[in-house]
Parts: sequence; C-alpha cells; structure tokens
Amino acid sequence: MTFAAMAFYLFAVSLLTGGLMTVISRNPVHSVLWLILSFISAAGLFVLLGAEFVAMLLIIVYVGAVAVLFLFVVMMLDVDFAELKAEMAKYMPLALLIGVILLMQFGLVFGNWQMADGAEAARAAVTPEGVENTAALGLLLYDKYFILFQLSGLILLVAMIGAIVLTLRHRTDVKRQDVLAQMYRDPAKAMELRDVKPGQGL
Amino acid sequence: MQADLSIILPEIVLSVYALLALLGVAYTGQDRMAGPLVWLTAGLFTLLAVWIGASGEGTRTAFGGMFNDDGFARFAKVTILVSAAAVLVLGQDYMSRRGILRFEYPLLVALAVVGMMVMVSAGDLMALYMGLELQSLALYVVASLRRDSAKSTEAGLKYFVLGALSSGLLLYGASLTYGYAGTTLFSGIIAAADGQAPVGLLIGLVFVISGLAFKISAVPFHMWTPDVYEGAPTPITAFFATAPKMAAMGLFARVVHDAFGGVVADWQQVLALLSLLSMFLGAFAAIGQTDIKRLMAYSSIAHMGYALMGLAAGTVFGVQAMLIYMAIYVTMNVGTFAFILSMERDGQPVTDIRSLALYSRAEPGRALAMLILLFSLAGVPPLLGFFGKLYVLRAAYEGGLAWLAIAGVVASVIGAFYYLRIVFYMYFGEEGTGLQTGRSAVQWLFLMGSAAVMLLGIVNMFGIEAMAQAAAATLVN
Repeated sequence: MTFAAMAFYLFAVSLLTGGLMTVISRNPVHSVLWLILSFISAAGLFVLLGAEFVAMLLIIVYVGAVAVLFLFVVMMLDVDFAELKAEMAKYMPLALLIGVILLMQFGLVFGNWQMADGAEAARAAVTPEGVENTAALGLLLYDKYFILFQLSGLILLVAMIGAIVLTLRHRTDVKRQDVLAQMYRDPAKAMELRDVKPGQGL
Repeated sequence: MQADLSIILPEIVLSVYALLALLGVAYTGQDRMAGPLVWLTAGLFTLLAVWIGASGEGTRTAFGGMFNDDGFARFAKVTILVSAAAVLVLGQDYMSRRGILRFEYPLLVALAVVGMMVMVSAGDLMALYMGLELQSLALYVVASLRRDSAKSTEAGLKYFVLGALSSGLLLYGASLTYGYAGTTLFSGIIAAADGQAPVGLLIGLVFVISGLAFKISAVPFHMWTPDVYEGAPTPITAFFATAPKMAAMGLFARVVHDAFGGVVADWQQVLALLSLLSMFLGAFAAIGQTDIKRLMAYSSIAHMGYALMGLAAGTVFGVQAMLIYMAIYVTMNVGTFAFILSMERDGQPVTDIRSLALYSRAEPGRALAMLILLFSLAGVPPLLGFFGKLYVLRAAYEGGLAWLAIAGVVASVIGAFYYLRIVFYMYFGEEGTGLQTGRSAVQWLFLMGSAAVMLLGIVNMFGIEAMAQAAAATLVN
C-alpha cells in the first residue's frame, strides 16, 4: 500500500466518521466539532487529488469562517434541540420523498445516462502544462469567464443596494452623536453656577 | 480581450454610469436628485438605443461565444432600452408625489436593464443565468419600493420567493443539459443535441423552459403576476409589463433556437401547450377583475400566450412574428399605463375600472386615445394590435399548428370582452364619480403618441417588419 493510498483511506474514514457523528451526536457543540473534522478530511482528499486551492478554500472559508460561525450560533442561541428533534417525525414523510427523488436521480445518472459524443472530453478540466492549478483557476476566472465574474459583482451590488433601500430609515426623532459639536464645545459655557436663594426657585 | 470589450461597450457604459451616479448622488443630493436622475437615466437609455440601433450589421461574438452581438440582440435591446426610458419618464411625476421616488430607483432600473441586455445576448447557460439574476434581483427590490405598504411588500416577497423557485428549476434544467452536452455554450449544446434528444436532455429542456416560462408569466407559471402587478407601485407595474417581458421573450427565443435548434419538435409541443393555456386563462380570468392593474396582469398573460404562439412555430417567420408582436405589445402597454398612471381622485390614485364611468364626457380626447389602445389590445382591425395577432396566427398556421391558430382566434374573441367592458364604462356607464386625470403633460404625450402609433402604424408598421425579419434571420439558421 502506497503512502497516497494510506492517506486516502485515512481521510476517507475520518470524513465518513465525522459526517455520521455530526448527525447522531447529542450535544450540538460536539456536532459542530465533528463537522469541522469532516471539512478538514475533505480538504485532505482534495490535496490528494492535486487541487490544493480548493483544499485551502475549504480550510479557510469553511473551517475558518463558516464552522466557527456555527459554533458561535450554537453556543450563543439557546436553541432547544430536544424540541426540534421531537418535530422531526412530522417532517419524516417529506424527507423520505426527497430521499426517494434523490435515489431516482442517482438511478438516472448511473443507470441510463446518455452523453453526447465528446461530452466527457469537453467536461474534463485539464490544467494547462506547466501552470499550477491555482494559477489555472485564476486564468479561468479572470480571463475566460471575465464577463461572468464582473456580472456576479454587479449582482452583489444590486443585493447591497436592495438591502439598504428596503431597510434603511432616516429617523428624525433620534438624537445622534455629533462629534464636531462635542469637540468644539466650550467648557466655560457648558456649566453655569447660580446662587439659589432658599425658598425660591430659579 | 480588447475586441471582446468593445463588443460589450454599451453594457459597460451603462454599468459604469450606474456605479458613478450611485456614488455621486449618495454623497451629494440623495433623494433630492432623484428627479433629475430619472431624466438622465432615461436620456442615457435613449442614447444607447440610438447607438445600438445605428451600430452596423453583422454578427460578432465575444468571450469565446458567451456573448452574442447579432441583429436579434440589437432589435431586442433597442426595444428594451426605449421602453425602459419611456416608463421611467412616465412614472417620475407619480412617484415623486407619493414620496417614493428614491434615487436608487432609476439606478436599479439601469442595472436591471444591463441584466436584460446580457440576457438577450447570452450565448452560454452561465451568461444567461447571470443576466437573468441581475435583472430579477433588481426587479424584486423595486417591486417592494413602497415599503410602508403591506401590499407592495407582499408583492416583492411573493415575486422573490417564486422567482427564486423558478431560478432553481432553470438551474436544474441547465445542469442536466450540461450533463448531456458537456458544455454550457449554446454552440456546443446545439452541436451535441442534433436530431434525437435522449431522456436526460429532454428533462433538462423541460426544466429550462419552465424556468423561463416563470419569467414571462406563461400559464401554468403565472400565479405571481396578478398579485405583483397589483401590489407594486403603478410606475413599477408599467415597467414590469414592458421591458422585462421583451427581455425574457428574447432570451426564450435564443435558448430554444440557439441551444435547442436541433430538437425543434421536442420543444414545439411544450411551447404550444404553454401558449394555449396562457391565451385562455388570460382571457377568462380577466373577465371578473375590477382592478385595472390586475386586469392588465391577465392581459399580459394572454399576450405572452400569443407571442409564444409565434415562437412555437419554430420557423424564421415565427421569430419575426414574435418580435413584431412584442414590439407592438410594449408600445400599447406604455400608452395604457400612461393612462392608468394619470387616473386619480382627490390626489389619490384610483385603479377601480368602475371609476371610469362616463369618463368620455369629461375628457373626450383622452377617452378616445384609450379607446384606440384598448381596441388595439383586443386585436380589433384595422389597428396595429390586430396586425400583431395576424402575424403570429399566420406563423402558427404555416408552422403546422393550425389548431393553435384557431384556438388563438377563439381566445382573442373571448378576451375582447373585458377590453370592451372598459370602453363601455367610459362611454355609457352610470353617473360618473369624478375621475381626474391630466396633471402631467408627459403622460398625455405618451398616451396620445401611443394611440397615434396604433392608428398610423397600419400604413407600413414604421418599417419594423423588415427589421424584425433581418433580426429573426440572424437567430434561426
């Protein structure tokens, strides 16, 4: 058994274990930790495939950001997981239906999927000779698919404008901090001492 | 790269304008600048339309076939830009008086138009999706622009949820198509799918068509239309009824001919069914409506049915008929919405059609213009709307879909009823309730102009026939 094969089995087993334990562990915090283990194992598998960039993305984005966010959510929000689990029976038929549809799709793909001549060759992502795959991805994204990349930027911009248009309210009945006014305030004029006579107000 | 960029220059100009204007106005005037910005954006749309219309013949592709600049795309883009400019200008007065003229509105419309221009030029499933999402996302936002109103918010939410569902259907179909062809380029798909379509590709095709049918609101994917039309502020409803419809229809034609041109018989029956259902549901469901915006929603569903009939023929003439039909439809709708926008009582907008009772006595000129537009919408000869219907019926007949053409005639007769009902109210209804119209000269101009086009167009249709023919010839080969 070569080193690569051993590494593959190691990562594959830990990925499957991690996935299974994510679902069945009772404590939600443990679930998230198992999820992080499966992300890392998946990243290992990608390295073995020669896709370092995707592996690094998985570590940085999923482990670094998404999973940690999950962890915060689970720890900070007081979600009653027992109650959520009790409702599971209600959604069981729907889940089964989705499962059956998924199985049928697998049947379609592995059983009787016809492809056009040369489709497989067209689909294969060949890294150009002498170019690392991160550089190849960059070429694809910023050169070949330049227009798609820019358009997705515009879509995100529209989403941002939309969020602001639909939620921002300029309220006038709120006192806001005025930094300049605070800085230029004259301490001498801020306070006034009066001698109030007993029995009389101001 | 240089050559590619020069092909998408109009799109670049519009996007850069939107970015700069957003930045500039956000720092200077905010909503006070909204009025001038509307006019500026409309002016830029018109300029771009002239530029695209005048930019020579020929077919060019950019980015490895992902973006097409051909006669078909140019025809669709000019229609989209001109109608978007008209609708922007029309709604300005209405929106500023109701306090919903935000400076983001013209810019969101500009970005939506960029999306539409990409849609009609798309040569790749990914470019198609990007254009569609850019357009749809901007439309979801403007639908709920009047955020204090529950109806407007509901319209935006409904549109968003159903639009997301339709995008999902489209993507699923696109992934199956990719699974068969091994490429997302239309040129690759048409080379791979020639003659016989296997089951997998067929399912993909049906899902892509379903996703697109959502966008043009063809039955049975129409359920969002009446609610969104009714809930959205009227100028935005007018926008929904014009430019996005043309863009989605152009995209539809491009997908079925550019990508699936090898399996015409397979999509022809789907389109024929969509067309039949849309025409009849549009005609029957509009009968009971009392709100003119809801009525226009069902009217647009029916009109999409007729446009689909032209497309279902699967021929060059069919695409030509569809383009002519859409151009006429957009013109009629601009005029009709110019009238609807001017309907008000005591400063409040009115949309009940019974409020039009005896309107002709108060405003004979406007009532006559509206009468011409309604007759044209119904397809009464000798107005321009009749010729649009004639073209699609002929295309369907010559494409071997005689039964669909006959059904189209029947549906058109049924549909005429509800247009004529409005005319009846205007001329013979019971004692009027004092509808006021006519504050805005712009609205008057568009109403009269559109009605005049319906009358004068019958001479030579302003040469649109030859243009549509040239455009259709570049798409179908």
